Amino acid sequence: MIESPKNSMVVIQNVDKHFGTVKAVNNVSVTIEAGEVVVIIGPSGSGKSTLLRCINFLEVPTSGDIWIDGIHLSKKTKNINAVRREVGMVFQQFNLFPHLTALENITIAQRVVRKRSKSEAAEIARQQLKRVGIPEKENVYPGQLSGGQQQRVAIARALAMNPKIMLFDEPTSALDPEMIKEVLDVMLDLAKEGMTMIVVTHEMGFARNAADRIIFMDEGRVIEDTTPNELYDNPQHDRTKLFLSKILQ
Amino acid sequence: MDSSNRTSGVATTQGQITDSLSRLPWWLLILVLGAVFLIFRFINDETYREIFNFLRSGIIVTIRVTVIAYVFAITFGLLAGLGRVSSNPIIYNIATLYVQIMRGLPILVTLLYVSFVIIPLVITQINTLGVYLAGIGLLGEENILAMLGNRRAGLEVNFEIRAIIALAISYGAFSAEIFRAGIESIGRGQMEAARSLGMNYFEAMRHIILPQAVRRVLPPLGNDFIAMLKESSLVSALGVQDITQLGRLYSASSFEYLKTYNMVAFLYLSMTILLSMGVKTMETRLRTND
Repeated sequence: MIESPKNSMVVIQNVDKHFGTVKAVNNVSVTIEAGEVVVIIGPSGSGKSTLLRCINFLEVPTSGDIWIDGIHLSKKTKNINAVRREVGMVFQQFNLFPHLTALENITIAQRVVRKRSKSEAAEIARQQLKRVGIPEKENVYPGQLSGGQQQRVAIARALAMNPKIMLFDEPTSALDPEMIKEVLDVMLDLAKEGMTMIVVTHEMGFARNAADRIIFMDEGRVIEDTTPNELYDNPQHDRTKLFLSKILQ
Repeated sequence: MDSSNRTSGVATTQGQITDSLSRLPWWLLILVLGAVFLIFRFINDETYREIFNFLRSGIIVTIRVTVIAYVFAITFGLLAGLGRVSSNPIIYNIATLYVQIMRGLPILVTLLYVSFVIIPLVITQINTLGVYLAGIGLLGEENILAMLGNRRAGLEVNFEIRAIIALAISYGAFSAEIFRAGIESIGRGQMEAARSLGMNYFEAMRHIILPQAVRRVLPPLGNDFIAMLKESSLVSALGVQDITQLGRLYSASSFEYLKTYNMVAFLYLSMTILLSMGVKTMETRLRTND
């Protein structure tokens, strides 16, 4: 095992991810401290989702190294599941398990992976459902929940595993406008509680309110890595200015 | 303009009536009438009753062969289906080889090949192993391995068992493809969500993917069962005394071809039609639950 060069929560070093000849992620190095909230923005196809998926190895990087809380991940890492259970992930399409109720969606991994008892898992699940504001939906199947409610169950499901880091992959992009706020509110609360979060999103309001840092990516590279105010008020690169002028109207 | 509207309105009503009439299950009515007629003949005809009594033990054999072979076929099918979606090239290729061979062979040929080639070969190998183990003193002189296939010792593998093995191997390939399609129909996101929660591949398969896939493959698996019931008539080629074989025996000795095969066809049809209605019900119920 290669020692982490820094004592940080996430260390990404010279990571490449190629799909055939396409360099989705091109030599990216980023360090994220515990408790930091980092928002990644960029045009579609800029590699921001791929980078996020590399952090819990849903995509295996073509080359480069990643450390999660000091544990080294590489192509040869055997115990990837031990790392994954410390990293919660929320998907654009929610990916709830349709054959399980909201409560069961939250208990299944606790029981299978964390080996918690049925009652303990259920109790934690209820706490998490309360935290995301829908305690009354525990016996409802995902198909009967609104998009916003589904995404909140998905957040509760990830939190129930007591992750050290939460990854959000465009969590509000598949939602109707009036449901975006309820999900963002949950994420804001989480940020205030000191969770380490990496969020790929186009929600600039969330970025301004919650983010400690914003990373702007384009064509697989990190173009800027700075504070929200600095990025908005004083973007360094033309590419960033162009992108911001489009999304901020 | 006005009158043309009215006539088209009348035509639509008539069209609706003929439409709903044409959608009635007339085939079922004809079938039921035919069945009533046949049953009426069976009751009043001495020969039919004799034929039925002669075929009765065959019904049990047909059902037994079908059910046992089907249970094994589903087991093989699930394993091979998981192999077909595996990213391990060795497992994938073994499963694909099995599926391609079995789907490419006529079932009758598989039956003959397994019964007269594979099983005698396996028995000889086991015998050799048994004799060898006896030779080095690990087992007794007349151990079960050495005696397997010996008619005098009562340890021969009868043709019903051979037929069941062959049907199971053959149908395993068909259900493997059903399972593969079912697993692949579950979106990639489900596996990713399960993996991102820390489950390994097998835990994700067992708790997340398969429970959803199984619901989708139940109707096609039910149809497979019906197909198996029909194809089980091929075991008559091995002399296994199922409905078909007993029908052949009876008609050959009595020359009552019409009545015997009427009865044979009636027995198969009454089972398959009932089963296919059951599958249909299951299908609609699963769909409303989705």
